[in-house]
Amino acid sequence: MDTTADPMAAIRQTFFQECEEQLAEAEAGLLAMSDAGLDDEIVNAVFRAVHSIKGGAGAFKLDRLVAFSHKFETALDSMRSGRLEPKPEVFKIMLRASGTLADLVAAANIGKDIDEASYAGVAEDIRSLVHEDESQVDEVIDFSPTMIDFDEPDVVLPLAGSRNRFSIEFAPRDELYAHANEPVLVLKELSLLGDVIVDCHCANVPLLDRLNPEASYLSWSIHLETDIDQSEVTEVFEFVSDDAQLEISCNRAAQSSDIEATALPDCSTIENAHEAANSSEALGEHSELSTDKSDNLIDAVTLSAGLGESKGGAQNSGAASSIQSTIRVEFDRVDRLINLVGELVINQAMLSQRVAEANFAGASAILMGLDELEQLTREIQESVMAIRAQPVKPLFQRMSRIVRDVADATGKQVRLKTEGESTEVDKTVVERLAEPLTHMIRNAVDHGIESPEIRIANGKPPEGLVKLIAAHRAGRIVIEISDDGAGINRLKVRQSAIDKKLIAPDAALSDSEIDNLLFLPGFSTAGTISNISGRGVGMDVVKRSIQALGGRISISSRPGQGSAFSLSLPLTLAVLDGMVVSVCDQTFVVPLTSIVETLKPKGSDVHALGAEGRVMAIRNVFVPFVDVAKKLGFRTGRRDPQNGVAILVETEDGGRSALLVDSIQDQRQVVIKSLEANYRSIPGIAAATILGDGRVALILDVNGLINRPGTESSVDLQMAIGG
Amino acid sequence: MKYNVLTIDDSRTMRDMLKMALVEAGYNVLQAVDGIDGLQVLASSEVPHVIVTDINMPKLDGFGLIEAVRKDNRYRSVPILVLTTESDSAKKLRAKQAGATGWIVKPFDPVKLISAIRKVAG
Repeated sequence: MDTTADPMAAIRQTFFQECEEQLAEAEAGLLAMSDAGLDDEIVNAVFRAVHSIKGGAGAFKLDRLVAFSHKFETALDSMRSGRLEPKPEVFKIMLRASGTLADLVAAANIGKDIDEASYAGVAEDIRSLVHEDESQVDEVIDFSPTMIDFDEPDVVLPLAGSRNRFSIEFAPRDELYAHANEPVLVLKELSLLGDVIVDCHCANVPLLDRLNPEASYLSWSIHLETDIDQSEVTEVFEFVSDDAQLEISCNRAAQSSDIEATALPDCSTIENAHEAANSSEALGEHSELSTDKSDNLIDAVTLSAGLGESKGGAQNSGAASSIQSTIRVEFDRVDRLINLVGELVINQAMLSQRVAEANFAGASAILMGLDELEQLTREIQESVMAIRAQPVKPLFQRMSRIVRDVADATGKQVRLKTEGESTEVDKTVVERLAEPLTHMIRNAVDHGIESPEIRIANGKPPEGLVKLIAAHRAGRIVIEISDDGAGINRLKVRQSAIDKKLIAPDAALSDSEIDNLLFLPGFSTAGTISNISGRGVGMDVVKRSIQALGGRISISSRPGQGSAFSLSLPLTLAVLDGMVVSVCDQTFVVPLTSIVETLKPKGSDVHALGAEGRVMAIRNVFVPFVDVAKKLGFRTGRRDPQNGVAILVETEDGGRSALLVDSIQDQRQVVIKSLEANYRSIPGIAAATILGDGRVALILDVNGLINRPGTESSVDLQMAIGG
Repeated sequence: MKYNVLTIDDSRTMRDMLKMALVEAGYNVLQAVDGIDGLQVLASSEVPHVIVTDINMPKLDGFGLIEAVRKDNRYRSVPILVLTTESDSAKKLRAKQAGATGWIVKPFDPVKLISAIRKVAG
């Protein structure tokens, strides 16, 4: 934990982290119960989660959060005690309340206030779940049954210049000791308030053979002269007043001589009282060993320990819900480790290559050892990567809320089914997936699923189904979002693309090509932009953010049966699949995700455009032709394209370009090394990596490279795109 | 001598806050995350001078913990303070019946926390 920063700030951070976990748990619990009905364990867990949020919120004075979580908690309490019937409507309200609670937490986290009116409906609904009298009872009763003498209530407040004089009679009962309270400490505490005279009555202490070690025999009379008022004196006895006979009376002090007059002749000091109490305690401990009672106690303990064990066993068999123990580690540390392991992998590759090159006798034995080393380093690398991995579960849980919200807002009935929630992927990937996934889920409910009436008319169940599936496939994570809605209306999509001049009116497009029009920038099918999906973000933005993660997205659709989007993402952002290419004896890496195809250009395919620009014809489409060597300033003259290889890449805006490189060496996974951290940022270069031979290779930033002002001016490129 | 305080709470936030207040006041702090964990920590370390425990916890709640501690001859004289909220008078009473020594109202004021500990442990 960071101790250098403000500790309160660190705790605040912990609080919000914890809130997130608790909200997820509450939501998961409520969802599980709305499917499978009431479960005592789960309702308790949900209650605890909300209760915890309330507790922490109180500590940080987040009043709205406290007030709302209190209402929520009260409803949950009523459910777990059986006063509130667990009907589906109730869970619906509670799920909405957990959504509101999440909003309030999020707002509090950034120090914003949410208008109370905006969630007044939910607040009222959740309050209405609890019977009026119940919620009142909980708020009002806060009794502390003390036996206080209120003879002279008017003297409770001290008057200037006069001190209060209290006479206190304090006779502990057996329970006081059983609850581990200690009269001496109470007396000590009193002595801090003012001048004290304590008188210990030990007349009741029996002879040793008749002394019960568990019993209370001593009592005290206390005279206290103080500036402090009665309520504070009473507070000293807060913990013991239930277990003792206590009388506190107050007289305003008149003359100090009164003290002598009222004090008993043989008054003991506080030290005496201490001794007396200690001796009774010592006696107690000593005789405990020989009494039958203590034997019984031991039996009881063994019994309860046995019970504890069997309970623990039962919990373990409940496998899925049991929590594995975890440690919390700062991300910096993990990243440092990942970096080091990256170095190790590179080093090991270099070593293997050098040994192979050295070609000395006995090299094969060494090479065998190196193979094992390679195996181990790979395993270490995978394990380290796994530390950063997180299940997609929290992300998926957030989606279920979005489905509900959008369904409510559009008057549709939609159920979200999730699979593979425990699939793990790098934390950064999880975080950056939230936005595109939210958008796609919104789309699926808003545009995909039909209204219940239309569904029924089409012979479908009124409730639509949105599926969210995650799985590991070929070293990547695949996420599929599918719905059983109307599917893509291809006629409409095509017409819309023609209207927007994205395609020619007579263009011959396959079904899949039409579906892919959705990813074009500035494309929107909905006749009217609803305020749910149409938030100025189109599928093109989704595609771009997926690509930025090194991912790919694809779409498939069947009219009347629904659509499916499939995302394929790398498991980590620390390594990258790349194509290793040569440009002017330099080695570069092109990210595989942006490559569409590679081809050997013919001289006749490349045409000059303007003074410097060139375009290349690929299957009757002209794309900008970018000479990487020239762009990066390795060469000035124009190179014959026939001596190189063209790599067709897709850029972020959905356009394509052909990159001219000298040759392709290899395709491999490389460890990404930040260039900014080690040198500085260079336009057109995304990062660097170290190859097996120890040489540094730069990883091309395809978008940056194409847009980089170089010899081939961007004006020409614009023209080329236009052409 | 430094006093040892065992704090038992399933909320990390609450554990951190207790620890900050207690360490500042010069106490040694032991931590546990629920009742079962609390009993294990108890068994594996020196007997603490005070136990501060939450009530709503998974596995074994505060009431269960208090009962188990009171039944054990080694710990029956250890003062136990329960963390409760203002409105939970019923829980306060139940905790007391189970054998709690005193209580601390959440959200707690560090001064009150320390004074409560002083009242039960010196």
